[in-house]
Amino acid sequence: MALNSMREIFDQMAEQRLAFWEVVLAYDVDERQVSPEESKAKILLTWQAMRDAADAYTGQRRSLSGLVGGDGMKMRQYNLRGESMLGEYVSAVIAEALSMAESNACMCRIVAAPTAGACGVLPAVLLPLDLNQRQILEALYTASGIGAVIAARASIAGAEGGCQAEIGTASAMAAGALVAIRGGSGEQIGHAVAMALKNLMGLVCDPVAGLVEVPCVKRNVIGAVNAVSAADMAMAGIQSRIPVDEVIEAMGQVGRRMPVEFRETALGGLANTPTGRAVKERMQAARKR
Amino acid sequence: MDIFDILGPVMVGPSSSHTAGAARIGFMARTLLGSRPLTARIHLHGSFAETGAGHGTDRALVGGLLGMKPDDLRIPFAFEEAKKQGLDYTIDEIELPDAHPNTAVIDVDGEGGTHLLMQASSLGGGRIMVNKLDGIDVNFTGAYNTLVIHNQDENGAVAMVTGLLNQLGVNVANMTLCRRKRGGDALMVIETDQHLLLHQVDFLRHLEGILSITYYDKEDDDDGSQFDA
Repeated sequence: MALNSMREIFDQMAEQRLAFWEVVLAYDVDERQVSPEESKAKILLTWQAMRDAADAYTGQRRSLSGLVGGDGMKMRQYNLRGESMLGEYVSAVIAEALSMAESNACMCRIVAAPTAGACGVLPAVLLPLDLNQRQILEALYTASGIGAVIAARASIAGAEGGCQAEIGTASAMAAGALVAIRGGSGEQIGHAVAMALKNLMGLVCDPVAGLVEVPCVKRNVIGAVNAVSAADMAMAGIQSRIPVDEVIEAMGQVGRRMPVEFRETALGGLANTPTGRAVKERMQAARKR
Repeated sequence: MDIFDILGPVMVGPSSSHTAGAARIGFMARTLLGSRPLTARIHLHGSFAETGAGHGTDRALVGGLLGMKPDDLRIPFAFEEAKKQGLDYTIDEIELPDAHPNTAVIDVDGEGGTHLLMQASSLGGGRIMVNKLDGIDVNFTGAYNTLVIHNQDENGAVAMVTGLLNQLGVNVANMTLCRRKRGGDALMVIETDQHLLLHQVDFLRHLEGILSITYYDKEDDDDGSQFDA
């Protein structure tokens, strides 16, 4: 089998009487010719790396350009003061998304999910929950299966499909993972993925000075919070009117038709604001020195 | 599609192409040099030149030359580490016609008089491609265990090496052969499914007509780097 569409995964679930995550596990076992235990050990190592990355965050590091760093800690302190307008969970999600994405920008060790620039989204929604090992497996296999389908049918690279391909995909992965650990059905996972992607469709990749910093770090927050809303809507029984595979196709199409200025080239959007251009000039002056 | 290309690699940020891939290119150069690098001249092309400093591409390349994997926490401090380990390096820009935007050329001298001139590009997601070795066009990725063999261009050299690999139970996945001129020195790049042991590589090294041989052992799962394909 292949992970070419969500429909294929749903069909496998029905045929084999498996949960969504188990279909993805079976795929990995087949694809890499490993035992289920070896596959699980590897994905749990990945989880450990995410946890280690979160634990290592201090808020002290700054990126090479100096644009990024310290905001995750600001958010944590604000949450601790009880000033957040959101509940405890979503406040923690925001702080975690900022921290992880900053860690990436500051050359700390992270797990790309699906990319380094979007590495904060998935751990942000999972880390604040007290998950047992089974839930961790459910979440991570579900998320990687979703990412694999999007990679096959659309794109997960900003240079190909804009930010929707990176933060959008990460958000869809996180939304599906949340539904999985809350016991949602395959159909519900599909609706969560569809809604998460629809809400970020068209998002452009416009990194200031071409660096994975501005606006990437804060876009991890919208990816994570969007995932929580999509998962909650799906669990409430709300359905995407457009089937999930069609949404993924549409996202791929939007990406392919996106002008090159909005595909990681740093020629449009926020990168092309006076401030964005000034940062680029500053970086280039430093390069010539 | 490997699901660990979606969830992974575990890497030092900020960019899988500009940082993780760059570290792998540096590491590949160190491996193919076959000894401790002493002086390196690193040339950056395209986007590596444009945004390399902001992505730590330069540090990652130097870190790789020092033996760091993409998840090594010392990568941000690779310049300081180079000083400690006695690696002199220069980094500048180069324009290469028709090269991938994320390309580096590494010209490196190592202990014992070794030398390597390698051009490699970073394809995205941490994947790399070696494009040229000592001026000869090649293409291999480090997704397999890789033997790079300089040999005298003589009858039977290929058969001898592949025959021995066969006896060792090592399957050849891909193979390229190039030479500068008939009867001169030639280059064999052999990608294998199985790992080779050091003494097996040594055995190949001492065969007649083999001028030099280096071996890149595909990154393993157990180092946590999650690069295994």
